[in-house]
Amino acid sequence: MKVLLQHVAHTRSGDKGDTSNVSVIAFEPEFYPLLKEQLTAERFKEFYAGVVKGKVRRYEVDGLHALNFVAEGALGGGVSRSLCLDNYGKSLSAAVLGFVIDVPDELSQKLRGKAYLYSK
Amino acid sequence: MKQKIRIGSGAAWWGDRVEPAVLNADKGDLDYLCFETMAEATVSAAQVRARRDPGFPGYDTYLDDRMKGVLPGCLKRGTKIISNQGWINPNAAAERIAYWLRQYGAKGWTVAAVSGSLITERALELTDTILENGKATSTLRDSMVSAEAYMGAEPIVEALKNGATIVVTGRVADPSIFMAPMMYEFGWDPLDHVRVGAGNGIGHLLECGAQVTGGYFSDPGFKDVPEPWNLAFPIAEVEPDGSAVITKVAGTGGAVNLQTVKEQMLYEVHDPANYLTPDVVVDFTTSRLEQVGPDRVRVTGISGKPRTPTLKASIGCGEGYIGEDMFFYAGPGALRRAQLAKKILEERFRMVGLKAEEVRIDFLGVNAIHGAMSPTDRPEPYEVAVRVAARTKTREEALKVGREVDGMAVSGIAATGKRVPFQERVREVIGVWSSLIPREHVVPEIKYFEV
Repeated sequence: MKVLLQHVAHTRSGDKGDTSNVSVIAFEPEFYPLLKEQLTAERFKEFYAGVVKGKVRRYEVDGLHALNFVAEGALGGGVSRSLCLDNYGKSLSAAVLGFVIDVPDELSQKLRGKAYLYSK
Repeated sequence: MKQKIRIGSGAAWWGDRVEPAVLNADKGDLDYLCFETMAEATVSAAQVRARRDPGFPGYDTYLDDRMKGVLPGCLKRGTKIISNQGWINPNAAAERIAYWLRQYGAKGWTVAAVSGSLITERALELTDTILENGKATSTLRDSMVSAEAYMGAEPIVEALKNGATIVVTGRVADPSIFMAPMMYEFGWDPLDHVRVGAGNGIGHLLECGAQVTGGYFSDPGFKDVPEPWNLAFPIAEVEPDGSAVITKVAGTGGAVNLQTVKEQMLYEVHDPANYLTPDVVVDFTTSRLEQVGPDRVRVTGISGKPRTPTLKASIGCGEGYIGEDMFFYAGPGALRRAQLAKKILEERFRMVGLKAEEVRIDFLGVNAIHGAMSPTDRPEPYEVAVRVAARTKTREEALKVGREVDGMAVSGIAATGKRVPFQERVREVIGVWSSLIPREHVVPEIKYFEV
């Protein structure tokens, strides 16, 4: 089944200059391989098209069941120069919660926030 | 040697709440209470303010509130304080803290001021390349406001060895503030990168305060935490090998669980196997987390690699101004009115010859936050704010943004809502650039104030 990422992982963004990092952390160990396979650096960059201007690197932290995306040119030239209302990009981590991810039906019982689940 | 020390957070940034710091001082049973109060541009902003306002003492503007809140508890328990509230004037901050200690009847306390991070005069000869763009730092000569090096834990440890009970510093790397007590109490060699790496990793978990205890975390239906209005700041119970349990004062809201710890572990981290600090290169990829009780997460296995021969230097530069303002629409057709308002502003900026490096006119409620990636297929919002911002070389040009938003009041379109009273609509841009400086060129100075 296809679900939004918010049912599978939680995220947090941090800033350094013009670079934003977005961690994507699986709610369950079984979800981690799905993230690794489907949320590649390329797809992350495509998803953030228009916002992330530079390159995206992806780090895998298997022990935490987490991916860490480091996106350059994501903060409008840097926190202090940015004209974006959210100049620190604190809310950027929430965008990827809308990424559509394919989850095997047998894992559906483990999805988070089922009250907000709708089929896509 | 102690087999366990308790280190608590008192602040994660300048604007942080004071009440949880007081709670940690009163109920945390802490050996050390540590404050992180500086952002990237804090030093440059403080230099700009000091030039304009001779009465500005150059340290954390909330220093009095914080010290008045925590000193009674710290004096009672004998909790030592490590803090970077010294900003550009650690000596003055230390004198002020000594003043408050005397007010509370302290005897035998020593406040140490650690200076030496400011390198403005020497910055351009000691640094070479701007890390962000590869250009020479000498290109920043005309715009530089201030430069600073990020010091590590060693000067704080030295102050503690010399009997300091409170250490207040200028720029010290955030995790180092929290790691210094571990290094001092457990007698770690500064070059023992395994333990220092573990300790810095724990410091990183503490440096953002409530971000590891349920702050910057709640997401209704997905990540619920109890009483998110009643968050505590974290406490680490640290052991001599750098392992720790992250926890918080009982009876508070929020949560310490695997999710809050993982999110904070990766916060502002790029390569998790190589997180550079002045003291060590931290490797988070070897860490192991275990929930060992309610709101208790045990963190083991964070590792480290030898520190680099350089320290990070930050160079703050005056880069012009940003003018910004907002006005709003509601009801049927709100978005269409906002779109016409945008057109009017664009034409009027042309008519008054606005000279800007960049102009952004967004619709808050539609695309002001996520910009170009915002979906375009959503139903029309009931309310929309028009948010306009321009970056300019001069203050005069930046002021034009607010002047044209003023014009929207009677010379705009139907049902335009405006903000009252007027707020400050022009701010100075201090761009921060990074470079590297050989560590031997940064020499800390420590001054002691006895109470």
